Amino acid sequence: MADLFQGVWWSGYALPALTVVVYIFAITVPLLVAVAYLTYAERKVIGWMQLRKGPNVVGPMGLFQPFADGLKLFLKETVIPSGANRVLFIIAPVLTFILAMIAWAVIPFDEGWVLADINVGVLYLFAVSSLGVYGIIIAGWASNSKYAFLGALRSAAQMVSYEVSIGFVLVSVLLCVGSLNLSHIVTAQQTIWFAIPLLPMFVIFIISALAETNRAPFDLPEAEAELVSGYNVEYSAMAFALFFLGEYANMILMSGMTVVLFLGGWLPPLDIAPFNWIPGVVWFALKVAFVLFIFLWVRATFPRFRYDQLMRLGWKVFLPFSMAWVVLTAGVLIAFGWLPTPA
Amino acid sequence: MAIASFVFYLLAAVLVACGALVITVRNPVHSVLFLVLAFFNAAGLFILLGAEFLAMILVIVYVGAVAVLFLFVVMMLDINFLDMRRGAQRYAGIGGAVGLVLLVEILLVVGAWQLDPALAGTGAAPTPAAAEMHNTRALGNLIYTDYVYLFQGAGLVLLVAMMGAIVLTLREREGVKRQKIADQIARRPEDEVKVVKVSNRAGI
Amino acid sequence: MASLDRTARSFLLTELLGGMALTLKTMFKPKHTINYPYEKGPLSPRFRGEHALRRYPNGEERCIACKLCEAVCPALAITIEAEPRDDGSRRTTRYDIDMTKCIYCGLCQEACPVDAIVEGPNFEFAAETREELMYNKDKLLDNGDRWESELAANLELDAPYR
Repeated sequence: MADLFQGVWWSGYALPALTVVVYIFAITVPLLVAVAYLTYAERKVIGWMQLRKGPNVVGPMGLFQPFADGLKLFLKETVIPSGANRVLFIIAPVLTFILAMIAWAVIPFDEGWVLADINVGVLYLFAVSSLGVYGIIIAGWASNSKYAFLGALRSAAQMVSYEVSIGFVLVSVLLCVGSLNLSHIVTAQQTIWFAIPLLPMFVIFIISALAETNRAPFDLPEAEAELVSGYNVEYSAMAFALFFLGEYANMILMSGMTVVLFLGGWLPPLDIAPFNWIPGVVWFALKVAFVLFIFLWVRATFPRFRYDQLMRLGWKVFLPFSMAWVVLTAGVLIAFGWLPTPA
Repeated sequence: MAIASFVFYLLAAVLVACGALVITVRNPVHSVLFLVLAFFNAAGLFILLGAEFLAMILVIVYVGAVAVLFLFVVMMLDINFLDMRRGAQRYAGIGGAVGLVLLVEILLVVGAWQLDPALAGTGAAPTPAAAEMHNTRALGNLIYTDYVYLFQGAGLVLLVAMMGAIVLTLREREGVKRQKIADQIARRPEDEVKVVKVSNRAGI
Repeated sequence: MASLDRTARSFLLTELLGGMALTLKTMFKPKHTINYPYEKGPLSPRFRGEHALRRYPNGEERCIACKLCEAVCPALAITIEAEPRDDGSRRTTRYDIDMTKCIYCGLCQEACPVDAIVEGPNFEFAAETREELMYNKDKLLDNGDRWESELAANLELDAPYR
């Protein structure tokens, strides 16, 4: 028995694999709890903003509401429409959920607290978030329903459009850092968070993130009034729950990205006594919660965009503006000799 | 290394299988999805080579944008597959002949190709070793110094193609009412609405 | 100058930020929702809820089987059968209301000459099966006994407007 744990297969393969699995659970389990409580927070915050109370019956202050909802969805019957493409119909929600989870591998929660510290972390995040559209478009097509299909087409066009401006925003941040590694991006903000020198880019990033996650006021793919909830009309039970989890995990992911790129990741706001006693992961969580609050706040405030106005905003306002800002950033960095030299 | 070669053969096998399925499956949507899977496996091969930048760019550009637009178009097509099959059989001879000629040409080129002995040292390591510099930087150094004109030229070709597509599809129609959003936002109630006190039965 | 002002305002997103400030302020205002199962809003004396058959104070049932309610019911929810009782008075042997058909219009209580069938203040009579919502005479009389004090008070409050 003892010699089973010796040799290269244990120390070289099995042990690292086991530790990675433990790390993955350490990331995903709190993440799923966060997703559950994000739905609760959303209902509470929007309720308060509409002079309501929000859920308050299940458990103290309604705190067990997300679990009651989850249990309800778990016990429902999965309906697969007879005209649907069965395989793709099942794959779509699974894909959405997986993509929302795997992106977390590169997010640094604190100094060195990152599952995979790869040196193209930003590109990895960008790639995974650009894949999110597949779950939606496959769901819309496989449902074989016109509402779902219209929702999927809207979502595809919208997500591809706003990715372009997100890309340019990323470029302007990368110019200031000189590295694609997310931990380096955070440490580069030691002196000043990028939200301050790059404020217009920060605003564009937040608005594009709303469009990228199909959140209000850009929630046209699931517009209840016209598309009866769009690409997920035909879904029920756990398939629907996976879409829902994926969508909210994506919201948390985009907030995490905003925090890492613009709000100094795990760094405290000021590096002085009372602030730097608190561990970095707490600061990270607080900042993510703040950005998520902005997401909910925006949803409670603004009406939905019209589709042509959405496209106009993406292509005619954000794209030229973010391109101009990239040129400006590069120019300023060169002119003052601030261009970072990467290792 | 055993695991690395196992992963290589796995990715390569899935890549080849997907490539074959792209052209054989009946449903064009499935074929685009297999194409996406093929891109993924190609990205995986790039990562095995240590070219993670290229892998990510492949995923972002091809999977995240190009294939989405393919899917977008293919999903909206309304194709009668029987008609398409019949057409394919009629042109099978000519298509096969063209394919054969291309294959022979490629074999000839590959078989006859050899490196100029004078260049033997230069081609081997155009970039510094991976340990010295990570490949994003190495690639940037090459593209923006030695190959800057070719790179800019490729960019210009794409720009021209884009402009061509826009010129071909942009139509100016007469008499279309357009929104002027700035004007709409700039409207103020005091400019547009006049509050009139109308006495009873007097009219305005 | 005005256009410069406008451009500056639109780039500073003043209108969007103004809207968000409003919702943020609203968030801290007292809420209008009542804590329903534990707190309830006021009901009008005319509120039309669950039906009840009333009795006279001496215990005699009020309904005289005139069938006006059955005739007026637009949803055909009421079924009445009647025959003379041993003492010769006309009484119902069957008085059923299908609560799943009822539209709570209140015409039955308007039509009743003796204030026998009334709609009371109770609106929390949801059931798990359809059968529980097919009310018969026993159930209706039982409701009448249970809610009599509220029913009488409501009728009295509403009497000046009848």
